[in-house]
Amino acid sequence: MEIKYDIEVDARGLQCPMPIVNARKTFQTLQSGQTLRVLATDPGSVNDFKGWANMVADAELVAQETAEIDGKTVYIHYVRKK
Amino acid sequence: MTNGQSAVIERAAPDLNALQEQIQQLQAQVDALRAQSPENRLSMVVFSGDLDRVLAAFVIASGAAASGMEVSMFFTFWGLTALRQKRETRGKTLFQKLMGWMTPVGTRGLGVSKMNFGGIGAKMLRTMMRQQGVPQIEEMAQMARDLGVRIVACQMSMDVMGIHKDELVDGIEVGGVATFLGDATKSKATLFI
Repeated sequence: MEIKYDIEVDARGLQCPMPIVNARKTFQTLQSGQTLRVLATDPGSVNDFKGWANMVADAELVAQETAEIDGKTVYIHYVRKK
Repeated sequence: MTNGQSAVIERAAPDLNALQEQIQQLQAQVDALRAQSPENRLSMVVFSGDLDRVLAAFVIASGAAASGMEVSMFFTFWGLTALRQKRETRGKTLFQKLMGWMTPVGTRGLGVSKMNFGGIGAKMLRTMMRQQGVPQIEEMAQMARDLGVRIVACQMSMDVMGIHKDELVDGIEVGGVATFLGDATKSKATLFI
């Protein structure tokens, strides 16, 4: 699956709440219509980004996928700024 | 259809003044409801001075702030020890001095709520968290403040325990129960930790 994104946040190796805290910082710099991609190794981030996108009014969770990168399961989240 | 039309025709011309009055009443009701409706806010009482509990409070605070919520944290009693930055004895009663000596100064001195064993448990937990990539409580507290979390120290507890404002970290507010309630009644969620 190839999804276009404008900017990426690498939160691999970080635990709750860091993936959403770091995502928030970058998300604020996005312009309307731009998409943020977040890489995380925290399995809880799958539900966290669903909840986060529900709470942040201008965030839309476009897709979530998992991938094997360097032998680790990586949870990838795509969030678009409305 | 025919019935409906005739009903419209038979209806008396609207009384503009009455309508205007009705609109004003509705507007007042909407304003009143708006004043009561919760903001996107989380209010917390941090009563505990345990490392694990205060850490949980800061994790929730940072997570909520990162999700766009306004966050207020009210530190009271043992929770105040997490906000201390120095230990002073001047102008204090004997008991206040004793309490000052027996309680931690800042997050570095906090123990865990279980299995503390004179601070060994706290050191162990910090090491375990570092191994898992969890930020330390000090970074978490700084992050919460960077994200705009409002931190209020309870004046009454400060007075009882003899803690002066200059003994607490800079950039925090001091308030009473009404300060908490003012924020709590406007909040979607409230927690007592």
